[in-house]
Amino acid sequence: MLTFVGLGLYDVRDISVKGLERVKNADIVYLESYTSRLMGTDRDGMERFFGQEIRVLSRDDVEQNPREILDHARSADVVFLTGGDPMVSTTHADLRLRAAAAGIETAIIHASSVASAVCGLSGLQNYRFGKSCSLPFPARGWFPTAPMETIACNLRLDLHTLVYLDIQEDRCMRIPEAIAIIEQMADRCGIDPPDSYIGIARAGSSHPCVVAGTGERLKAVDFGPPLHVLVVPAELHPMEREYMEVFAGL
Amino acid sequence: MTRRKKMVERVTELMDRPERIRNIGIVAHIDHGKTTLSDNLLAGAGMISEELAGKQLFMDSDEEEQARGITIDASNVSMVHTYEGEEYLINMIDTPGHVDFGGDVTRAMRAVDGAVVVVDAVEGAMPQTETVLRQALKEGVRPVLFINKVDRLINELKVDQQEMQLRLAKVIDKINRLIKGMNEKMYNEGWKLDAAKGTVAFGSALYNWAVSVPYMQKSGVAFKEVYEKCHSGDMKWLARKSPLHAVLLDMVVKHLPNPIDAQRRRIPIIWHGDESTPEGRAMLSCDPEGPVALMITDISFDPHAGEVATGRLFAGTLRRGTECYVMGAAKRVNRLSQVGIFMGAERIEVEALPAGNIAAVIGLKDAIVGSTVTTLQEMTPFESLKHYSEPVMTVAVEAKSMKDLPKLVDVLRQVAKEDPTVQVSINEETGEHLISGMGELHLEIITGRIKRDKGVEIVTSPPIVVYRETVTGRAGPVEGKSPNRHNRFYIEVEPLEPAIVKLIQEGKVSMTQPALERRDVLVAGGMDKEEAKNVRAIEGTNMFIDMTKGIQYLNETMELILEGWREALAGGPLADEQVQNLKVRLVDVKLHEDAIHRGPAQVIPAVRSAVKAAMLMAGDSLLEPLQKIQITVPSEQMGAATSQIQGRRGQVYDMQSDGDMMTVVGRAPVAELFGFAGDLRSATEGRAMWSTEFAGFDLVPASIADDVVRSIRRRKGLKDQLPRPDDYLA
Ligand SMILES: Nc1nc2c(ncn2[C@@H]2O[C@H](COP(=O)(O)OP(=O)(O)O)[C@@H](O)[C@H]2O)c(=O)[nH]1
Repeated sequence: MLTFVGLGLYDVRDISVKGLERVKNADIVYLESYTSRLMGTDRDGMERFFGQEIRVLSRDDVEQNPREILDHARSADVVFLTGGDPMVSTTHADLRLRAAAAGIETAIIHASSVASAVCGLSGLQNYRFGKSCSLPFPARGWFPTAPMETIACNLRLDLHTLVYLDIQEDRCMRIPEAIAIIEQMADRCGIDPPDSYIGIARAGSSHPCVVAGTGERLKAVDFGPPLHVLVVPAELHPMEREYMEVFAGL
Repeated sequence: MTRRKKMVERVTELMDRPERIRNIGIVAHIDHGKTTLSDNLLAGAGMISEELAGKQLFMDSDEEEQARGITIDASNVSMVHTYEGEEYLINMIDTPGHVDFGGDVTRAMRAVDGAVVVVDAVEGAMPQTETVLRQALKEGVRPVLFINKVDRLINELKVDQQEMQLRLAKVIDKINRLIKGMNEKMYNEGWKLDAAKGTVAFGSALYNWAVSVPYMQKSGVAFKEVYEKCHSGDMKWLARKSPLHAVLLDMVVKHLPNPIDAQRRRIPIIWHGDESTPEGRAMLSCDPEGPVALMITDISFDPHAGEVATGRLFAGTLRRGTECYVMGAAKRVNRLSQVGIFMGAERIEVEALPAGNIAAVIGLKDAIVGSTVTTLQEMTPFESLKHYSEPVMTVAVEAKSMKDLPKLVDVLRQVAKEDPTVQVSINEETGEHLISGMGELHLEIITGRIKRDKGVEIVTSPPIVVYRETVTGRAGPVEGKSPNRHNRFYIEVEPLEPAIVKLIQEGKVSMTQPALERRDVLVAGGMDKEEAKNVRAIEGTNMFIDMTKGIQYLNETMELILEGWREALAGGPLADEQVQNLKVRLVDVKLHEDAIHRGPAQVIPAVRSAVKAAMLMAGDSLLEPLQKIQITVPSEQMGAATSQIQGRRGQVYDMQSDGDMMTVVGRAPVAELFGFAGDLRSATEGRAMWSTEFAGFDLVPASIADDVVRSIRRRKGLKDQLPRPDDYLA
């Protein structure tokens, strides 16, 4: 059996009780470390807390050579840990499909995701979010402007946009550089960059940082260590504005 | 005023008067006397002797001029020559003689308007004479003929005067037949060589004399005197009465065109932009007021000044501080820090250099040999230089000592900049770098130059043949999946039609030409209109065509798709050799909604694998380079010569006798030609004259293909087992 267990947002204690039980009773525990990361703990911390050995998987292990995971899952209880909620902003649908094709039973145990956490941290209403998007670090021959187009499209419909920031092995994108990249994209598309943003750092921790304001203002804010996410808000509803004034220094 | 100063004044005065300029090249088959001729012309015109004699003198008397950074560059020289009371500036660009350097010759041809074709009176026209002549005519360069080594006819072959003249006439006939065959129109319009008109000269470069019909009128020295004086061994008399440089340079001034006349005729041949644009008009009229149009023909490295770019200035005026753009490179300003011209073999700095000259400039950081440089932001580049040859052999080089490692990388980059027929692949991780060139001799010269001129001690591997891969059938659509399987690329492959390959090779189709023009040329060449419209990239003789319609995010992903395609082309699935003549059609694409999940790490491997898998399904096959071989031997050695070709999987397809000499023409794979020179020499007792030329790639015969593939795979450390399509599509 293959169970996808969400770890939630920040440290080992964000996992659900159900999830924790599954992990403790599993024969093999894998941790996927490339789509998201728990900044409040590390592998040692998890091994101690769960009392289990944890095998860390790279992107290649999951995407290129999933055979090993599936082989184990055929005869043993295998848990596949991911940050956040397992099927949000990941591509693990593929792994579940492969498991199903191999006749392996699968299950998902959910946990909190930054996709919903932003509502509580910023006061923006979940009903008013449009398509979300990720902002990648530009690479040679690759500077996609699709994120800016998504933002612009949402703004036209008066919807908020949640912008995930790129996480790579050696670096995590931070809010000020994300805003700079968005501005460059807007420039390439020949449209105006957004007027305001809400930057959120370390969602799920006891010391999150939430600041709303113009791009100029946020680029000067020190949000502290990662992970960071960004929201581009539409026209604010009075309740949203009030919440933000109280909790996000608007 | 020193003599030197006077010379500087004469040169700088002439450079402003294009009607007094001649830009020429000297071309010849190897050993026919090009080097001897160039050196003796320079000396005779008072350019070398002054430099040698005067060096000591102006070193102490004129330190200021020395401080300006004067250097010698042997590949470009200029001379001042007086003809009928007027002075002329003659710029001479070096054109390497051996066909192993076909690229260099083409490049130099583009910069000159006229060529002196040198032919050995005894050997007559040889294969490379024909090659260089063809290149000259293709570039619209007007030829005159110098028949050299006339002394050998008399002193070695001991012919009489009548026989001498007969033989000389035969050489002229042969060259004329070649010109007529290559460009009948120009032949009829006055390019036919004619001794009576003065477009042919005869003489001896080594002994410093020459004669021509017009000069006979002045000097009174005719064939009779030539014969007698050679016979009696008094060639000094000839050199005094009818000096080489005077006869040759008179012919150059009188019969080769000045830049104004030449450009009007040549620009449409060598430049395919719109002639009604400012740059087009300026080049046609050699206008110094127009935008700068400079074509780089040579880059050399001067220990004091750094990188010196030499080229032909077709329009505009260059000054220190002129801001230029290099077409095809990053869009940034290259500011000229020095502008120079040649005087003799020296480079001297000038204030301003107008159109029609050969310029030597410093500051073009982005230029490589062949670049088009202009003051405009955008201009159609000179037709990409056509190379008649492709690299067929590779050696690996390593620095002998660790401390030279960084220097070697620099030197290799220089080598690649200096000679575009050389391909260099640098591997900083392993420190083992590859140099590919035109043949064994070419590579020996290049590695020799690295050791000798650049002072880096290197170890070289034995040369390895360069193979290619291509498909023989069609396949697809093949589905390439990204590692996360959320992105899918549907690809079809087939051989690119030979007619289209030819258009690419000839430079008639490229990504730099306007899309509409490209489409029309392709359609005229037989390509489907829909395909011709959707060509997205050309790499070598491979083409990528995007047949999809209206797929969201495809545009911003295209560069990654092309990168994956290029990676597949860099090494095919069979033997990891470069791919050629492959047409890839992208017929459908499914992309993940989010940019992060369709980034480089996803798209590049997906496309690369799909192309490789499709190639395997379409009959991926190995191609090997061939060389045309021409051997001239005494008749009794003919058997030995032909068996040298036939014994090497070769084919003899032509044999001609000329008196008691036989010329055998054939073709053989490069893989079988190692040690050819030595074997041929011993088989023919050293009496064979021979040359080789690139003759394209052809399928490796089926009977040995498997063995060849296996040995390449082993050498490269690849698995013995050939990959299957599924290995790429998992
Ligand atoms: N007898 C004779 N030998 C010549 C003459 N010109 C050149 N040579 C010799 O021919 C050989 C090749 O000449 P070179 O100038 O190096 O030819 P390149 O390969 O065309 O540059 C040298 O040994 C020269 O000395 C000539 O007019 N008469």
